[in-house]
This record gives sequence, structure tokens and C-alpha cells, in this order.
Amino acid sequence: MIRVQNLVKTFGTFTAVDDVSFEVAEGEIFAFLGPNGAGKTTTIKMLTTLLNPTRGSIELDGLNPATNKNEARRRFGIVFQDPSLDGDLTAWENMEIHGVLYHVPHKVRHQRIETLLKQFELWDRRKDQVKKFSGGMKRRLEIARGFLHTPKILFLDEPTLGLDPQSRNQLWNHVKKVNETEQTTVFLTTHYMDEADRVAHRVGVIDHGKLVAVGTPAELKENTRTESLEEAFLALTGSSIRDESAGSADQMRQFAKMWSGGKR
Amino acid sequence: MSVIYILWLREMKRYFRSRVQMVASLGQPILYLVVLGFGLGPVFQRAGNGNYLEFVAPGVIGMTVLFSSIFSGLGLLWDRQFGFLKETLVAPVPRLQIMIGRTLGGATVAVVQGLLVTIVCVIAGFRPVHLATLPLALGFMLLIATVFAGLGVAVGSSLQDMQGFQLIMNFMVMPLFFLSGALFPLDGLPKALAAATMVDPLSYGIDGMRAILLGHAHYGAMIDLEVMVVIAAAFIMLGAYRFSKIEI
Repeated sequence: MIRVQNLVKTFGTFTAVDDVSFEVAEGEIFAFLGPNGAGKTTTIKMLTTLLNPTRGSIELDGLNPATNKNEARRRFGIVFQDPSLDGDLTAWENMEIHGVLYHVPHKVRHQRIETLLKQFELWDRRKDQVKKFSGGMKRRLEIARGFLHTPKILFLDEPTLGLDPQSRNQLWNHVKKVNETEQTTVFLTTHYMDEADRVAHRVGVIDHGKLVAVGTPAELKENTRTESLEEAFLALTGSSIRDESAGSADQMRQFAKMWSGGKR
Repeated sequence: MSVIYILWLREMKRYFRSRVQMVASLGQPILYLVVLGFGLGPVFQRAGNGNYLEFVAPGVIGMTVLFSSIFSGLGLLWDRQFGFLKETLVAPVPRLQIMIGRTLGGATVAVVQGLLVTIVCVIAGFRPVHLATLPLALGFMLLIATVFAGLGVAVGSSLQDMQGFQLIMNFMVMPLFFLSGALFPLDGLPKALAAATMVDPLSYGIDGMRAILLGHAHYGAMIDLEVMVVIAAAFIMLGAYRFSKIEI
């Protein structure tokens, strides 16, 4: 379902993703793990057509996103690491825009929106502007939106960031359900190793832009002679803390905060 | 069409829900109208140029449409920062449709702002020669809005963050406004200034509105119309091209 070969992404002299190759089978839940700045999000951005690879090839459901962007985009849904909702619009309107952008027919769209908002316990707040939501509610809405057009592949970039244990549990139950019932392929990143261990069929570990291990959680533990996936992860990537310089997006966020008196 | 419509509708909803923005955006035009209109009025009249309030009103309306439309294009930077741009860029729709939806939305908001300022101008004492010409003036407002919303998208697509915003304000938006003849007549200018006003698209938009609303113009309504249509098409294409190249 997903085939990546010799993928490279460079920004000037910095190589963010360095000759990465892997495959994810249809109906598989694949966890892509790595320390901060390892290249996870850059890889997801390339897989979801937001960035063009410097070298290498990507195949999504048999399609090359470089040459067949819109067809490839129809096949996947994504929950981004950073917020991507419009705070001035209501929960319903955010879902509605997504449905229109993905060509979900009117009647089906409204039924799906109702079902998902109820499922993620946001139905009662559907008419409220998203900027009035708590962080957890916004996250739940983004996740619900990702499911709206019933994608064949679902990319989840740290989907449980900022969620309480109940919401995390609900999310993974839902992910596993759609994976089992609709054979949806799931490609996820997370820093919660217990979650990856619990839901992923296979795990890939990336560090300094290079894929350092791929296997089932049990295989990774066995190969590193560790008891948990977190220990296996540390054995593969080391225990030193990675420093990420503030990207332009972070700098801009600071600027916006300054302008709005810290209200954003 | 539904994609263009939903993105246009988004801009409308955002605008009409932000009452503070609506009111705040009227502040600067009113200041220009009142301070310059009444402040410079006697000097303008003594120089034999007629009523300055009548003269400056189309300029202030044009300024409102310029600022509103170009900022709507630059709103792309906010969408880039606060994430919504990603949602649209990964959608299985041509980027041209996304760009057109945004641009039309921004242009419509700018025209609504222009209409509000027109009402303020009328309250302040501005009287068009014929009320029947108002729809034609609206057409010029729409052209100005389209030109600068397209330019705003082109610039917004090329910037990575808000740090370039002040640069755009100081070296693009303000010169566009001051060189447009919004505040002074275009006749008898020094050659360098006259040349600068001739390459400023806003000068044709405001001149067109003066032709429609006051019955006299520097270039002539037909030339203004032709120039604005050509520039609108060019900036829409430029905006579409730059938008198609965005990477996040």
C-alpha cells in the first residue's frame, strides 16, 4: 500500500531524510518512531505531497504522488502534528469544508459528520467556534475530520499529543476498529512507546534521517534484548537529548503571540 | 465549483464574525477622510481645484479596498502558521481552485469594506454625480480587489513567515497607495513621480472610480478599465503560479 525507496530530503546542506526505504502492507498499522528532529514529520510531509522529495520514489496504493498528486491525495487522510483547524469556524463547518474538499457527497457527508462528531463526543458543541474549544477537543475534532472521507491510508502524526488518557484510549480503539473493519492502512508517529507497542503491527525507527530498524515490536525487543519497546527504542537511538532549533513556524508563532498580546 | 464556493464562504464567515475587524478597518479611512478631506479642503479650494472631500473620497475608498484585499492575500501567512493551509494543500483538488476560492473571498470582503467606506463618505458629504453610476464604481472596486488579492496571494505564497510582513507594508503597500493619486491630482506632476504613478495599478483603479463617480478622470474610464482587467488577469496568474509552488 505504501512503498518508499531510497527517499532523500535535503534542506540546503542539511539532510533531513537520508536514503530511507520501507514498505507498508494493506491493512497494516505501521508506527514510525524516532527522537525529535529525526525526520518523521519530513517523511510524512513527503508521503502526503506537502514536500517534494530531493531523491527517491514513493508509491501510495500503486500511485506515484509526484506525477498523480490528486488521485494519490484521494487515497489518504491525515491528522497533522500541529493544529490545522480554522478557529473562526464551528466544528461542523470545519468538517463540512473537509468533506467538500474530498468530494464526499452532500447526504453522505452530513451523515458521516454527525456520526463522527457523536463518536468523538463533540456533537453538543458542533455549532461552537473551534477557538473556544480546549486543546483536547480540538485534537479530537482533527482526528474525527481525518476519518470523514473514509481514506484507504491514514497518516497520524503524533495524534495523541495533548490528549488525556481517556481520549487517547478512545482514539486508538477507533483506529483499530477502522483498521480491522475497513482494512484501512495506518501510518503513525508517536512518542508514546506503549501506544505503538499496543496498536502497531510493525515499527520503523528513524534516527538522524536514517531508518535504523524495522520489525514487529516483539522483533525489535528481541533484537535489542530489551523488555519494552521504549528500551528497544533507546537502545537503537541512544539516550542523549536531541536539540531542535526553532523552525520558522515556531518563530512565527512567537511573533503572532507577541502581536495578539499572548491571547493566541 | 463547490470547492471554490466553500472557500469563498469561509472568507465571508470569518469576516462577518469578526466585528472588531470590521469596525477597526474603518478607522484609517475615516481618519484620512476627515483629517485630509476637511483639513486640506480649504487649501485645495483656494488653488482652484474644487471640493477636496469630493476628490479624495474615491481615493479613500480605493485605499480601503487595496488594504483589505492585499491583507486577505497575505492572510495566507496566517493560514500557513496556524495550520489551515495544510488542510487545503493535501486535499485532492487543483490548487488553482483553492487559490481562486481564497482570492474571490478576499476580493469580496474588500468590496464590502469599500462599500462601507462609501457609505461613510456619503455621510461625510460626498455626493456622486449620478447615483446610477454606483454599480459601475462597484465594478472598479471589484477590479482593484481582484488585482491586489491576486498580488497578496503571490506575495503570501512566496514568504515563509510574518517577518517579511513589515517589509511588504513599507516597500509595497504604502508606496502603492501614496503613488496612486488617491490624495493628489495626477496632473502636472514632476516627470519621475508621473512615471511612478503610471506603473502603479491602483492609480488606474482610483482614476476609474473618479471617472464614474465624479465625471472626470486623468487617464479616462476606458483606459482605466482595460489596464485593470489586464493587470487583474496577470496578477491572478502570478498568484496561481506562486500558490502552486508552495511547500510547507
